[in-house]
Amino acid sequence: MELFVFLVAGGACIAGALGVVLSSNPVHAALSLVGTLFGIAVLFVAQEANFLAAVQVIVYAGAIVVLFLFVLMLLGVDRSEDLSIEPLGGGQRIAAGIIGLAVLALPLLAINSTEGEATGAGAQPGDANALQDGVADVAQLGESVFTTYLFAFEATSVLLVIAVVGAVVLARKVKRADYVNDPLMSASGDVRTGRSPLDAQQLPDVESDSSTAGAETT
Amino acid sequence: MIAIAEVTPAWYLVLGAILFSIGTVGLLVRRNPLVMFMCIELMLNAVTLTFVTFSRMLHDVNGQSVVVFVLVVAAAEVVVGLGIIVALLRKQPTATADDLNVLRG
Repeated sequence: MELFVFLVAGGACIAGALGVVLSSNPVHAALSLVGTLFGIAVLFVAQEANFLAAVQVIVYAGAIVVLFLFVLMLLGVDRSEDLSIEPLGGGQRIAAGIIGLAVLALPLLAINSTEGEATGAGAQPGDANALQDGVADVAQLGESVFTTYLFAFEATSVLLVIAVVGAVVLARKVKRADYVNDPLMSASGDVRTGRSPLDAQQLPDVESDSSTAGAETT
Repeated sequence: MIAIAEVTPAWYLVLGAILFSIGTVGLLVRRNPLVMFMCIELMLNAVTLTFVTFSRMLHDVNGQSVVVFVLVVAAAEVVVGLGIIVALLRKQPTATADDLNVLRG
């Protein structure tokens, strides 16, 4: 039974991964990515990591891929590309294949040399980090995250706040009028020049600096 | 009758390695910044699969804890990365990764 699950989910993973790389339409690539993420979620369940499987579906397939599709649709870059031209042609593609094979060969050799066994110390049955049979994985994972990794957990909250601030700063359009009215950028708040929208797209240059300086002197 | 092979954890490790290498090749070959980003997600997922497999092999919950943090970092990375891509593509809708040379020395 586990063989059947592994073959189906693993096949979905690899097919989705190839779809991401080979499809000419970015929307198709995003939908192929969903296939891979679902396959990995199924493999998580097969390995008794039920909570992580749920989080995988909610965060990755639910949030991240939808974010990708949002950006694709928002920017209107969902046209197909000519894959015979678009990827780097010739030698660089061959070099990428060689690097890919090398990246594949390294872990395969490592797995082969240890005959498929993990060489780490592993958790002893009495340890705090040992996986216990019969205890829900959510309980064990929660205990680990909120005791051993409590500081790292708090640090990730700071990371998320920084990411949100960064996204807002990166994605907002800087209009020239806002820029001039920004109290951080200009001492006087009432300098509003009627410029064409084309000029408003650009950041203020030396001329605008002189105009604000002139406003200060008057 | 087909001989029923037993799925050992090494199979999952091999699958993770295959997914990671496909993501690597995609990252090197494609030039659309959004598709390159999806390839990075592919590589991250291959690594999380490997972590969960090692967690099962070693009976250690730490592998699953790391996956939680990988998910959080991946979410933050996607938010900032897509912000950069939106800012780039809004300026020039046909931009590829080769056009990201503003900071080049």
